[in-house]
Amino acid sequence: MAKVVVVTSGKGGVGKTTSTAALGAALAQNGQSVVVVDFDIGLRNLDLMMGAERRVIFDLINVIQGSANLSQALIRDKRLENLYLLAASQTRDKNALTEKGVLQVISELRKKFDWVLCDSPAGIERGAVLAMKHADIAIIIANPEISSVRDSDRIIGLLDAKTERAKNGQEVEKHLLITRFDSSRAGTGEMLEVDDISDILSIPLLGVVPESKDILSASNLGIPITLSNKNSTSAQAYRDAAKRLNKEDIPIIIPTKKRNFLAGWFSGRAA
Amino acid sequence: MNFFKLFKQNKSAPIARERLQVLLAHERISTGRSELVSRMRQDIVDVIARHVGIKTDDVRVKINHRKSVFTLKIDMEVPTAQDSS
Repeated sequence: MAKVVVVTSGKGGVGKTTSTAALGAALAQNGQSVVVVDFDIGLRNLDLMMGAERRVIFDLINVIQGSANLSQALIRDKRLENLYLLAASQTRDKNALTEKGVLQVISELRKKFDWVLCDSPAGIERGAVLAMKHADIAIIIANPEISSVRDSDRIIGLLDAKTERAKNGQEVEKHLLITRFDSSRAGTGEMLEVDDISDILSIPLLGVVPESKDILSASNLGIPITLSNKNSTSAQAYRDAAKRLNKEDIPIIIPTKKRNFLAGWFSGRAA
Repeated sequence: MNFFKLFKQNKSAPIARERLQVLLAHERISTGRSELVSRMRQDIVDVIARHVGIKTDDVRVKINHRKSVFTLKIDMEVPTAQDSS
């Protein structure tokens, strides 16, 4: 059975698109068929993260309006044959995304793929609501920072109110993915801890992706981090998160907490 | 000196946590997000599951607020004896 996942956050710039690309590629590497769908109409970026920006001919809006069929709009990844992209349109008309059209596209995708990953736009407006509408699972991306946590809480409220599952009296399965985590700053009490965030939001943790320079270089290259730099700790964190989505029981490793006294002292002296 | 700096760390995270806890407790009331529905669903599933095999998804719980009426609708699929054998 296909699973529809929305990657959402409320706040912009926390890593939704990067995470969608990284998780999509990791799931595809496990051998499952995956499509990543960009719902950010007018501001598409998932095509860049996937390195497919020059191959977009038809997009989600074309399919909804009937000017292209789905198989024409699906862009197959150059590296993984079971990974596809459905790009967003660059049109300024946000109303081009219709409720009926989204339902039709999602139900077609459900038939073709094991995983349908929807990259939500920021905010809590129409676009974000339509992206989560048909989700079975939600991945809430949060940074260890108060505004991000507050906005995540709003999004959790929307998931419980506006989705089809909520309307049918069911629940969307929610997971927390913390990105841009800096363990040394959390260790010294300068940054919210992983436990603080998951306790406050009270949803289960899917993973912790450390802040890393590798993320920027992956986006520069247009290759999801899980494919571009397999040894990176961030790539490892995304791969583990993808396995947890597949219900594999993998312990969550939170990057080392406190610097020990002497190490801190010596590195301080050397600086 | 470095040695003293170690004891004078900038611990702002506990303040962030406290501010969030207070703020969200408040906002959840005004936006109507409480865990009431999901907690009730889980309790209902736990009770039923002691006797028949059901999953969380088999139980649908809906709450409706109208002006003066508060309705709770519970809808569940219970497997027949054939299914469970």
